Amino acid sequence: MSRLTRALRPIVIPLLAVITAFIVGSIFILVTDFANLSKLGTDPLGAIGAALANIGNAYYAMVIGAFGDPEKITKALNDPTPRAMAAAVRPLTETLVASSPLIFCGLAVAISFRSGVFNIGVEGQFVLGAFGATVAAIVLKDQPMFLVIIASALAGILTGAAWGFLPGFLKAKMGAHEVITTIMLNYVAAQVVLFGLRSDYLRKAGSSEPISKVLTDWVQIPRMLDLPAIRLHWGFVLALVMAVVVSWFLFKTTKGYELRASGFNLNAARYAGMSASGSIMIAMSLSGGLAGLGGSMEVLGTVPQMSNDISGGVGFNAITLALLAGNRPAGIVAAALLFGALRTGGGLMAVKTGIPLDLLVFIQAIVIMFVSAPGLVRAIYRIRAPRPQDAVVATDGGAA
Amino acid sequence: MRLELKDITKRFPGVLANDRISIAADRGEVLGLLGENGAGKSTLMNILSGLYKPDSGEILIDGTPRTFLDPRQAIEAGIGMVHQHFQLVPVFDVVEAVALGAESTTGFLRTFDRKAARARVVELSEQYNLNVNPDARIEDLPVGVRQRVEILKALYRKSDILVLDEPSAVLTPFETEELFEIIRGLAKAGTTVIFITHKLNEVLEVADRITVLRRGRVAGTVDPKGATREILANLMVGRDVELKVVKGPAQPGDVVLSVKDLHVRDDREHMAVKGVSLEIRAGEIVALAGVQGNGQTELVEALVGLRNVDSGSITIGGTDTTRQSPRQISDLGVAHVPEDRNRDGLIGAMSVAENYILDQYHRAPYSKGGQLQLGVIAEKAKAAVKDYDVRTPGIETAGGSLSGGNQQKVVVAREFSRPVRLVIASQPTRGLDVGSIEYIHKRMVEQRDQGAAVLIVSTELEEVLAVGDRVAVMLGGGIVGIVEGEDATFEKVGLLMGGVA
Repeated sequence: MSRLTRALRPIVIPLLAVITAFIVGSIFILVTDFANLSKLGTDPLGAIGAALANIGNAYYAMVIGAFGDPEKITKALNDPTPRAMAAAVRPLTETLVASSPLIFCGLAVAISFRSGVFNIGVEGQFVLGAFGATVAAIVLKDQPMFLVIIASALAGILTGAAWGFLPGFLKAKMGAHEVITTIMLNYVAAQVVLFGLRSDYLRKAGSSEPISKVLTDWVQIPRMLDLPAIRLHWGFVLALVMAVVVSWFLFKTTKGYELRASGFNLNAARYAGMSASGSIMIAMSLSGGLAGLGGSMEVLGTVPQMSNDISGGVGFNAITLALLAGNRPAGIVAAALLFGALRTGGGLMAVKTGIPLDLLVFIQAIVIMFVSAPGLVRAIYRIRAPRPQDAVVATDGGAA
Repeated sequence: MRLELKDITKRFPGVLANDRISIAADRGEVLGLLGENGAGKSTLMNILSGLYKPDSGEILIDGTPRTFLDPRQAIEAGIGMVHQHFQLVPVFDVVEAVALGAESTTGFLRTFDRKAARARVVELSEQYNLNVNPDARIEDLPVGVRQRVEILKALYRKSDILVLDEPSAVLTPFETEELFEIIRGLAKAGTTVIFITHKLNEVLEVADRITVLRRGRVAGTVDPKGATREILANLMVGRDVELKVVKGPAQPGDVVLSVKDLHVRDDREHMAVKGVSLEIRAGEIVALAGVQGNGQTELVEALVGLRNVDSGSITIGGTDTTRQSPRQISDLGVAHVPEDRNRDGLIGAMSVAENYILDQYHRAPYSKGGQLQLGVIAEKAKAAVKDYDVRTPGIETAGGSLSGGNQQKVVVAREFSRPVRLVIASQPTRGLDVGSIEYIHKRMVEQRDQGAAVLIVSTELEEVLAVGDRVAVMLGGGIVGIVEGEDATFEKVGLLMGGVA
């Protein structure tokens, strides 16, 4: 097998799953297009044409909403004022902004899955990490900004890691199943944040909402482009760096090897002298730490202040995403960009065509359905499945 | 019925699994199909049972060409398979398990006609002397009886051609004898039996004709009357094979492993090892014989630190290891070849190279400053693959996709990749072919001659007698006898194993 086909093999199914999901999504648009459907009796051809045009418009709006409007880009090229420039690049930068937390959280999920523990608590670790960073930023208010950023990010990592360590410890030492404990700890995390934001020390003065003081008044991660209303900051680059680091950690370091070995086959890992409970706790802490770092980047760079709805379900989307990416760091970046694009593009689509944002949730769900049922995708596109028996024979014959 | 396979060819990507294979078996004949792992036996049987379609060649039953598009058609044509891994529902009773998928029905609602099924099971069981209680639950039955249930299943479906895939792999010597009786009875009654194995003795004992496969081709067909083990082994491997383990007399040195009055509990908290005391010296091989489930597994797990010791002590090279961790014990120079290599010895999803470093990954030269030295690992793994003759497309191949023999070679290569003072090997040759067995034994003797103490745990009498300088027999959690080399005979050890002596 050539190097290229081997490299491409893992992405065939996810790619086809995504394409199929968009096709199914268009059917969904079609059958809910009541304005045109109602004309089916009087003007069938016109109705069908208009309905198809509607699908085209919707996806077109999604693309320009996610990557940029050609008109605005041309305008910016002809007349490069900051305002025009910002209008041209805003969709793309917003896509990157939306994908940053997804990358952090996707990596967090991947680390735990690769180690054989199912951290469903990335959501809570993300939220609590953001909260930890907020508290640190408020405590250190009068310090130099770079110090505040670094200390707050560290605080975010530590709170997230602690929130991951807890279920890891419970599993390793008491046998509590991590799926249950992490799900429950998500609720606890949300309540901790609500409770914390009630204190006058953290809460925005005069507000009755559970929101913190406006951190951007004294701390903000530098923006990558100096244009009006462009939110893209260096946290995105950090997310990419973390993808490289996680990949290096998992595949090139001794600890990463140990975690993967325990994840694949705990028995063999024990027989080889590895500590199962140690691996669990390390994996959960690292996973939580990454989620916490994602949370702190969000609160220190993207949004003005901490609130109880900071995550928007990122931690749960990340599970979907890691599944789509097969827990490969590069795949997670790609999948996060896709999900980010759906999120930003979907906004414009909703505004322009009136198709509800829920379509995106629908498409994401369909993607996952196809990814988790590779046989279905193979059947649709008539791809021959790699047969495990063949693999055995191909190496040395009998399945003895 | 007469079964004939003519010029069967089956190609998989990169491998010619079956190359113009022709075999034939007459009605009432037992055809032994002998071959190493990877010789193409399983592929051929999968073709016969309708799982694979041959690229070319024909299957003839009583002279009529047949094609099977799926296993059901093969069953309808009268071919019954008894797989190495049983396909029985554990919570069913024998009647249900046998009838499953071929149930006779009764009444308006077409409910399962248990009475008819039971009557037929009883009839078949009596006719062929299978001696199976039709109302016993599968999970309560010993392995040997479960296998007879599988045979019943095939007979129930009116199979005239019975294919047995490595049937003795899971049986005790006595159960194997019983199986052979049954096979002879079936043949006498007109069933055509295809007996697939890699064990030379068995095929000589039970087959009327032996076809030997090697690397996807027929290496020869012989009449067992004129054949010897040597002839068969030569055909199978393609060269002369030492069937006896070649070794000089042991030169025992200092005591390396000393076990005193050891008590160990099993997973259900029952005492599984009851007061075992044993000494193994440098430069000798002690074979621990015994029927499966007499505490050997627990004893070994305790020795390597995987199971807590209830009372008693273990000393390895003067260090008290009774309460030490697997890694601490491994660091003393203890090599461990686990009983179940798929479960405990290898990580199937990881590459050969990654499996090769499984117990040494954390130290030089494989690790430096917490980073894996991928270059060094690849180099060493390549050398080991060559040195241990592991047949694999490459070191990046997943360990789980190798054949049993090659997996075991990877495990042994890993365990012997560093200076070793004590070797603990559980069932080191289980399920392996002649060539691999010879190879593994040679390596064990090599370790002994280099001054290691070796403990080999095996349920195979032949192996125990061949490799052991001393043979200890375990029964009911205790050691019931230790027999010195010369005195260790088949009868003596066999009787000890059975608790008679």
